[in-house]
Amino acid sequence: MSITISGVNKKFGDFVALDNVSVDLPTGQLTALLGPSGGGKSTLLRIIAGLEDADSGTVTIEGNEATHLPPQKRNVGFVFQHYAAFKHMSVAKNVAFGLEIRKRSKAETEKRVAELLELVHLSQFAHRLPAQLSGGQRQRMALARALAVEPTVLLLDEPFGALDAKVRKELREWLRRLHDEVQVTTVFVTHDQEEALEVADEIVVINDGRVEQVGTPDQLYDAPESEFVMSFLGPVTKLSGRLVRPHDIEVYTAPEDPRGKPGRITRLLRVGFEVRLIVELDEPEHPDVEVTVTRATQRHLHLEDGLRVWVAPTSGVRAISPVRVASG
Amino acid sequence: MASSTYARDPAKVRWGLRTIVVAYVVLLVAWPTGLVFQNAFADGVGPVVDALKDPEIAHALQLTAIITVIAVVINLVFGLTISILLVRYDFFGKRVLSALIDVPLSISPVVVGLALVLVYNGRDGWFGPTLESWGLQVIFATPGMVMATVFVALPLVIREVVPVLEEIGDDQEQAARSLGANAVQTLRRITLPGIKWAVVYGVVLSLARSLGEFGAVKIVSGNIAGQSQTATLSVEETYQNFQQGTSYALAALLAFAAMACLVVVSVLRPKEHN
Repeated sequence: MSITISGVNKKFGDFVALDNVSVDLPTGQLTALLGPSGGGKSTLLRIIAGLEDADSGTVTIEGNEATHLPPQKRNVGFVFQHYAAFKHMSVAKNVAFGLEIRKRSKAETEKRVAELLELVHLSQFAHRLPAQLSGGQRQRMALARALAVEPTVLLLDEPFGALDAKVRKELREWLRRLHDEVQVTTVFVTHDQEEALEVADEIVVINDGRVEQVGTPDQLYDAPESEFVMSFLGPVTKLSGRLVRPHDIEVYTAPEDPRGKPGRITRLLRVGFEVRLIVELDEPEHPDVEVTVTRATQRHLHLEDGLRVWVAPTSGVRAISPVRVASG
Repeated sequence: MASSTYARDPAKVRWGLRTIVVAYVVLLVAWPTGLVFQNAFADGVGPVVDALKDPEIAHALQLTAIITVIAVVINLVFGLTISILLVRYDFFGKRVLSALIDVPLSISPVVVGLALVLVYNGRDGWFGPTLESWGLQVIFATPGMVMATVFVALPLVIREVVPVLEEIGDDQEQAARSLGANAVQTLRRITLPGIKWAVVYGVVLSLARSLGEFGAVKIVSGNIAGQSQTATLSVEETYQNFQQGTSYALAALLAFAAMACLVVVSVLRPKEHN
């Protein structure tokens, strides 16, 4: 295990940011710390980096006890949400910073900086100031700067959080490819489940200062261990007291399925290629059911407002096996 | 740009506002200051140079220069330290310290002078007799004058630097630490370059303020011409002794030095320094 965190607690005044967190992050993988804002995931990342001290517990990086090491001795690369670019230095100088601190020779530094700028596609911007770059370019520069010191682990704190949706998507695909190329153990914090599912090898879901579940994207999506994980990773709706994904519900215009529950479509919303239906069941006090169907299905069945329908969970979807509803 | 926002105001309002502001600044600042220069140079440059060559005046100018340089250096070092302490660290009594720093702005310099005399005078001050027994005279000597000047100019560097430190945040410093820089390297390579212009501006303001300090220095110096008389004290004394020419010459020189500082900075300061 590359990073081992055991029994870490952290409080800010009365607020419990991390509550006895223990987790192992594997070597060479891309791990996402996923959770809602204020859940403690950034605090955990900063404790790994040494930018924050744990109240109790230990952090081990590549077998070395690091709990009380200052950040500059941990050999981690850290990328901040708002880039933390050194504003008074050129792009090349930013990337060279860690190497200059380590007193590498001038020739070696220049060579390495050129390589890294090539890697992040910023070679032609080497002499610009960070203020002359776009957000995405600045974040790529920050990444090159962090990689320059050949860190044992690369930590990214909401790296794409400040970018617009399109650049975000490009950059996360790029990060995935970069990771496959560079193979450094990488941990990134995000509150965007799509980002985590798309990029990460492994996801650690953190909520209220505790680890909810650890697993591959498929494990988490298909077999969530709690209501929280299930609802955080994607949309959910309730059908007969169970949590179900809206796209795992079948819609019939006649009572074909014996499990089908009768109801009426009260709202129909088209978003791109999918159509979201709100179905009001005949069964009293059953909450409205949300169903997602494709545009093709909607056309095929002539689904429209006010239509009488029967809904049933798609057969063979184990993902929606009964979920133990956590108290509170 | 900003001008388009105001272009919507009717021309009368715009011109009215401009006239009021310009008249205000001219009557209060530009005209009186201009008159000092006009009076100083009424008979050309020769008399001004002669006046400044007088040994007592020359000594006063030299003393002012020495005190100013020492006071600015002290305020620079302590101002930077206190600013970083206030912005980057949390400690008990931080708000009290922050409030204390503004005291020199609100207390009359004369009171500052008296307070220093009470503590450091050689006869019955708290520390005065002890220090004097070690051979260090504070009151009626240069150390006391430096202290008085440091006191009145204390907040200027801090009040320039603190907002800039707050604005740039500590992200860059944390990034530097994570890249292997220790505290000193981070300060020298990241923090100081980031607040460079705030520091320069603070220094210039302290410089101008120190050059012009009068009240506090008058009390602690004893005001003896040729010994403990600074340039501002000389301006007053020569004026009262009907040596108006000398007085105007000195005043013009002081005003010129202070204004030169401000002009140099506004020329040097980059248009965009964010």
